[in-house]
Amino acid sequence: MGDFWRRFFDSDLWWSFKSSPLVVIAFSITVIIVFSSIFATFVAPYNPFDLAQFDLMDSLKPPAWMEGGTSQFFLGTDDQGRDVLSTILYGSRVSLLVGFMSVFFAMVIGIIVGLIAGYSGGWVDALLMRIADVQLSFPAILIALLVDGIVRGLLPKGSHDDLAVYVLIVAIALSFWVQYARTVRSSTMIERTKEYVQAAQVIGLPQPLILFRHILPNVMGPVLVIATIQLALAVITEATLSFLGVGVPPTSPSLGTLIRVGNDYLFSGEWWITVFPGAALVILVLAVNILGDWLRDALNPKLR
Amino acid sequence: MSIKSLLTTNVSILALTIATTVALTMPVQAKTFKYAFQGDAQSLDPHSLNETFTLGLLGNVYEPLIDYDKDMKKIPGLATKWEATSPTTWAFELRKGVKFHNGNPFTADDVIFTWKRMLSEGSDQKARAALIKDIKKVDDFHIIVETPVPNPTVLNEMTQMYVMDKEWAEKHNAVKSSSPKDAGRDGSYATTHENGTGPFIVESRQPDVKTVLVRYKDHWNKDIATNIDRVEFTPIKQAATRVAALLSGQIDLVFPVPVQDWNRLTKAPSVKALNGPEARTIFLGMDQSRDELLHSSVKGKNPFKDVRVRKAFAHAINLDAIKKAIMRGASTPSGLMWAPQIQGYNAASNTPYKYDPETSKKLLKEAGYPDGFTVTMDCPNNRYVNDEKICQAVASMLAKVGVKIDLLAQPKSKYFAKVLAQGGYDTSFYLLGWTPASMDVYNVFNSLIVCQNKEKKAGSFNLGNYCNKKVDELTKIIASETDVAKRQAAIDEAAKIIQDEVGYLPLHQQPLSWGVRDGVKVAQRADNVLDYRDVVMP
Repeated sequence: MGDFWRRFFDSDLWWSFKSSPLVVIAFSITVIIVFSSIFATFVAPYNPFDLAQFDLMDSLKPPAWMEGGTSQFFLGTDDQGRDVLSTILYGSRVSLLVGFMSVFFAMVIGIIVGLIAGYSGGWVDALLMRIADVQLSFPAILIALLVDGIVRGLLPKGSHDDLAVYVLIVAIALSFWVQYARTVRSSTMIERTKEYVQAAQVIGLPQPLILFRHILPNVMGPVLVIATIQLALAVITEATLSFLGVGVPPTSPSLGTLIRVGNDYLFSGEWWITVFPGAALVILVLAVNILGDWLRDALNPKLR
Repeated sequence: MSIKSLLTTNVSILALTIATTVALTMPVQAKTFKYAFQGDAQSLDPHSLNETFTLGLLGNVYEPLIDYDKDMKKIPGLATKWEATSPTTWAFELRKGVKFHNGNPFTADDVIFTWKRMLSEGSDQKARAALIKDIKKVDDFHIIVETPVPNPTVLNEMTQMYVMDKEWAEKHNAVKSSSPKDAGRDGSYATTHENGTGPFIVESRQPDVKTVLVRYKDHWNKDIATNIDRVEFTPIKQAATRVAALLSGQIDLVFPVPVQDWNRLTKAPSVKALNGPEARTIFLGMDQSRDELLHSSVKGKNPFKDVRVRKAFAHAINLDAIKKAIMRGASTPSGLMWAPQIQGYNAASNTPYKYDPETSKKLLKEAGYPDGFTVTMDCPNNRYVNDEKICQAVASMLAKVGVKIDLLAQPKSKYFAKVLAQGGYDTSFYLLGWTPASMDVYNVFNSLIVCQNKEKKAGSFNLGNYCNKKVDELTKIIASETDVAKRQAAIDEAAKIIQDEVGYLPLHQQPLSWGVRDGVKVAQRADNVLDYRDVVMP
């Protein structure tokens, strides 16, 4: 283990990370948001989903530094008397859960399809890549809406709210796999002709083993870069869907749902209900994007 | 002429020239009135759902025998004259020369057909139609209407009986009314097509997207105030979007304006807020008839059958907090199921339940639910002013006394299809609002308070079937008693019983809340109906 860390701290990756303060800040922010939302139960001052914990008489309090605000509710309260800071922490948890899970599933689907297409070639490749092309011609959000709509139609009445998060994960994953598939396919086509693959073929290893044990590790670099950038995109897509009202329900709101709910109060002057969740979303996405950008540059030998 | 006045004259001539040029280069502009509501009309079938907004919109397309004017006074509609020939019979003279939109003439047969259609299986107007025992045709333009008991309010109820063309309905296989469950689907021809006699014709309609109506040139009444030729109605569910559309000038009228935005509207130039008290009471109802609730953690018994549980609910809800935080002070907390505008209202019996969570907890404990229980609450989210927010607040208040609410807030199309008779009263606990279209308290009793009676078509909106024989007896007196003092005594006695038994949980009367572009004249009726006949564009 010590050996790993020594090699890590010796690497170009660490050096490039260290030398860019922006990346360090972005990384710290991401880590803070991720951890505080994972441990929201302990970090947040209130549990906004415990109906007994908030009081209507506390509703619409402005942030603490404004007139009429109290230190009890640092970022103010919403129309039901929920603490905005707590709802943001719990909300980012839902957003990040959907983001990570959908990126993970998109990655799994994309890698499998990409490996098969790139390794087999021929009509299998042609078929899979045409499907990918068709899907690429639609915006991801449209695909997600479509999947969400179909699943809603299929699910029995009333169960949708409970399953909304999983539906979203599937919908976003199904709209994001193409990027991975195309990247993995092209890398696989290059790797396929290399000697170590030929050697593996010669000694008679089964095809799946060659694909996953030998080729996969060599195509993972670009995949990780895409995954980081797509995490930000997935969080945004989730927020968009929730903002449109087809995402997670207000009973377990994500950042997008919070922005939508708060939107009703923009005209009446209670800006904090929507602006703070919006700011949290921007900061989170920006930080992850900066990380992704940096990772792409750092892992790209041509740019070094 | 001084230089200054010369200058002004020149400028005004210039302005005039520009104005005329603009006017000449533009085609003769038909006056289009655009408005938005938070939800859509459920159907074009005027007998399928008894909902104020749907009927309000269709009131421009279809017409009743007797209509309301902007002050809710009865005026002749398709009938020109009526008189009581005995306590239970009314003679009507019908208007001659009226044509339906397809050109068919209007006659007595259409009235009788309409009444029968309102009694058909899918209809949501059964309770209203059942106030009439029989309609006899004297000739094509004279009918005799018979009521089962002396009932002066039947004339008011007739304002919601929209006459449909018999021949047209038969031709298109729409003789039976469609049901609220058909809303938004191609159930019956009449849900997607209309053929009324009203001053407006539906030109095109996409449910939940847009409905366009145009003026009916051959309408019998040439004296209506409006100067509009075309109406574009768009449902906009999001409150902020609705207000933004008004502020940006895209739309001439929106309602309801969320109460939190009244200030903003008052400050904004070129729009104004039209507010007033609405005759609509918002209340909560509980299933008190089933032996086991459909949607609850309690199995084998129905907690709402226990008056202590109902009392506990009543004392757990803080009406003043709802008024202050959610309605921004614009609602009137109520202890009665009818508003002050309603005939039969008595301020002395209007005592809202006291907010007292401690009593509430104690009562729940006594009733055998020391840890509370779980129950699903049905709530519309695009029907009443801040409806979903009220439900959320109620859920949070009940949580404090231990009752866990699973909130099912849905658009009204889904909500009504679930909780109404046609959906089998599939609810355990719900929020509903009611304006008696007759503006008389008997409508409230007959629809919401008497025991459900399928045969007599009574209590059909008593979704939880609150049932008290004594109240039923009193309702009979309220229906037919002509002595005002005696009638009021019966109303007051019934009100007390309902309150003591917590038959319902009245919340408040909501405000009328419209936003109108400057220069557009409209009449804001106490029942929150927008009548195009009174819309005058600049």
